[in-house]
Amino acid sequence: MQENGIGASVRRKEDQRFLLGKGRYTDDINVEGQTYACFVRSPHAHAEIEGIDASAATAAPGVVAVLTGDDLAADGIGPLICGVTVTSDDGQPHRAPAHPALAQSKVNYVGDHVAIVIAESLTQARDAAELVEVNYRPLPAVASTADAANDGQQQIHEEAPNNICFNWPFGDKAANDEAFEGAHKVSSIDLVNNRMVTNPMEPRAALGEYNSGTEEITLHLTTQNPHVHRLVLAAFNQLAPEHKLRVVGPDVGGGFGAKIFIYAEELVVGWACRKVNRPVKWTADRTEAFLSDAHGRDHVTRAEMALDENGKFLAMRVLTTANLGAYLSTFATMVPSYLYAFLFAGQYTTPLIYSEVKAVFTNTSPVDASRGAGRPEATYLLERLVDVCAADMGLDPAEIRRRNFIPKDAFPYQTPVVQCYDSGDYEAALDQAMELADYAGFDARATEAKSRSKLRGIGLSSYVEACGIAPSAAVGQLGGGVGLWESAQVRFNPTGNVQVFTGTHSHGQGHETTFAQLVCDQLGVPFENIEVIHGDTAKTQFGMGTYGSRSLAVGGVAIAKACDKLIAKGKKIAAHAMEAAEGDIEFAGGNYTVAGTDKAMNIAEVAFNAYVPHSYPEGVEPGFDENAFFDPMNFSFPAGTHICEVEVDPATGEVEIVDYTAVDDFGKLVNPMIVEGQVHGGIVHGIGQALLEGCHYDKDGQLVTASYMDYAMPRADNAPEFKIDYAPTDPPHNPLGVKGCGEAGAIGAPPAIINAIANAIGAKHVEMPATPETVWRACQSAN
Amino acid sequence: MSIINLAVNGQSVSGEVEPRTLLVEFLREQLRLTGTHVGCDTSQCGACVVMIDGKSVKSCTMLAVMADGAEVTTIEGLANGAELHPMQQAFMDNHGLQCGFCTPGMVMSALDIVNRHGNEPDDAIVRRELSGNICRCTGYQNIVKAIRAGAQAMGE
Repeated sequence: MQENGIGASVRRKEDQRFLLGKGRYTDDINVEGQTYACFVRSPHAHAEIEGIDASAATAAPGVVAVLTGDDLAADGIGPLICGVTVTSDDGQPHRAPAHPALAQSKVNYVGDHVAIVIAESLTQARDAAELVEVNYRPLPAVASTADAANDGQQQIHEEAPNNICFNWPFGDKAANDEAFEGAHKVSSIDLVNNRMVTNPMEPRAALGEYNSGTEEITLHLTTQNPHVHRLVLAAFNQLAPEHKLRVVGPDVGGGFGAKIFIYAEELVVGWACRKVNRPVKWTADRTEAFLSDAHGRDHVTRAEMALDENGKFLAMRVLTTANLGAYLSTFATMVPSYLYAFLFAGQYTTPLIYSEVKAVFTNTSPVDASRGAGRPEATYLLERLVDVCAADMGLDPAEIRRRNFIPKDAFPYQTPVVQCYDSGDYEAALDQAMELADYAGFDARATEAKSRSKLRGIGLSSYVEACGIAPSAAVGQLGGGVGLWESAQVRFNPTGNVQVFTGTHSHGQGHETTFAQLVCDQLGVPFENIEVIHGDTAKTQFGMGTYGSRSLAVGGVAIAKACDKLIAKGKKIAAHAMEAAEGDIEFAGGNYTVAGTDKAMNIAEVAFNAYVPHSYPEGVEPGFDENAFFDPMNFSFPAGTHICEVEVDPATGEVEIVDYTAVDDFGKLVNPMIVEGQVHGGIVHGIGQALLEGCHYDKDGQLVTASYMDYAMPRADNAPEFKIDYAPTDPPHNPLGVKGCGEAGAIGAPPAIINAIANAIGAKHVEMPATPETVWRACQSAN
Repeated sequence: MSIINLAVNGQSVSGEVEPRTLLVEFLREQLRLTGTHVGCDTSQCGACVVMIDGKSVKSCTMLAVMADGAEVTTIEGLANGAELHPMQQAFMDNHGLQCGFCTPGMVMSALDIVNRHGNEPDDAIVRRELSGNICRCTGYQNIVKAIRAGAQAMGE
């Protein structure tokens, strides 16, 4: 192993520039002749547009142009798309109403885009935007997830009767019903998975430049997947042909899903910069981000479990209404379907699972993937339901989990819901977590807390998730419009240093470090001589980007494959140079050696030979630069047990997380320091959902939580110091033995926390966010 | 328009600003010091924290004209060339940053914590003092660790 190779907690390469204030985020970039854009947004949740008068705005000081939906349509710029098909119970594809980037005759949520005002300065653009007169005829709004499909509700889209996007039943209903009829006991829970605003700290931004000489558009975007942006903008929105469109995702200040999607502002800025033949820059303020970023979660669910007399799960039934918002965002349909229902087995052997998901339109911002995407929703209902089962059966929550775990010798394990788990040892992670959390000592701690008038509770969550989002064949079968492999190029320069080009995108995950460690480990090149390059369609070959904890598990393997190719080519070059047979050449630690001799050649010398091939093997091409693509055979399945301990003040309803333990199985860790950071961040994201964050629309569809004054983000004093450990198993289909770690915390934490609160106050359930008011009320009814 | 004269990172600068121009806009747009970030519009997130005459200030909550005559230090003014300030170094050593967007404000707030609480602030003090800085990536634990380590290093 190299000193800075796999397994070392190497300091991050990206930190120097961020700490010096030299990061280069989209809004930091300024170009000659740049103009500034401000969007005119709908103040109504639902209204017809009877007319737009932009004359005063157009005449305002510094205004370059005011453009509306009619201008966009006249130029043939297509509507935004949703890339994944879900088949509804009538056999038809999900209903996909048109999603224009600038509204034409109707607006469907507060914040919907109506016009773009472009001016010489930002203040001039903002001032002029207030002069755009839009005549709205307000319509009744649909804001409630649970009621959106009720009879007599206001229709939002003609194409979607009863505001239903799809009804998606999954599983064998008859067999499931039969199992429920014969069950010893049926446990059930009704719960809401609260709507969240993803809130990366850098607001979205776009900077468009058009070169009339080359007819090329360059778009700097806050994106997690620049090539996907380019593909969709070119192929579906007719912005420009792919070869005339460059998308750059420079430093990006967090994504968590919210920067996967192709947004109206990005398309409009790209189009407008060509239209006005000037660079156009737009940066969201935070309230715009709240209004127009795709939100996450927002499910209303009833879940039931049929049990036998020993507490074994016989069958499970889930009925969910999922809010997709006013329009379909890029991957909206996939989140409450394939990323959700295929996780209902969790860590358990439940043989029968039946679910129905009704996805509805409402007059709210579009809803799409947000850290975990579908898997937190699945895990929350399952792990809450399991605790209800435990209470109903009089079993300890750990014991009922143990009785139902998929045993470690049962892998690969085919669940009844599509996924085939490749590896895991769930009981080992549970045991380790219980030990670390001193589960056995809980009663004494609870007694001590009681002497201080505090109610102490403990909660478990044993999750599994499907990530390393890839297998293209599986994604295709499910109705996905893309392949989900990843690409890499590993290039030696003649002087022996290495540039690694990846199709993934780093926006906090530290790929520039982790991927350099992979290459350092495999090629024996010094860590400081390796540079990782990502995020620019003009620099890297096509790649799918970063989401679904896929970058290392898929993108990392592509890098390893490219390194394999270099090693193999180098053997031929080294054999020739050292006058040996290729079969006698061995490679280790960066050196090619001739077996049984002291002849050796460093890989940097081989690279030099490849670029200066004066004495070179016949038939071998010059250059030392290889491409590889990796399309895995399966998802990866990180899993683990999280244990949360809370103290509730029954007088105020305030919840303090006093202890939090996470034992995760991520397979092999490349950089344990970075992995631990991902776990911390994920858990606090989960704490946010469980205790603090509630995105709330009033009955008229006004977003009443559109700033950090009204929407509570987790802060430094909302969490204790975490106890983190690992219980790794080896995923057989992943050549690097890695599984992915970016979302686990956000998936595992919410049920662990709510289970702990329910345990503390003796309630069956407490809705998220468990604010002091919610908990205080639950305390009152529990008494 | 008003003319303002101030010292930024030890250099005298002057500029012409509208009365409504925020200090952060002046720093980012006119001086092109883009290390100071804007993460919200309600003075909640702290990505824009700078030091003014030795005290931390959210530069989104101060008009540029109010900084006339002041000494301003931004994240760009801490290091000695490529040699990081001990607090910056502590953030690197303790993995106190991920996407880097909140980081400049965190580092500036950290310096203010050291100014007011000395070189041995405990966990509870640091966590409480960070109530005006939001980070979505790190879960704060390593930021707290970094600030404590940085505070100690500054005392050595």
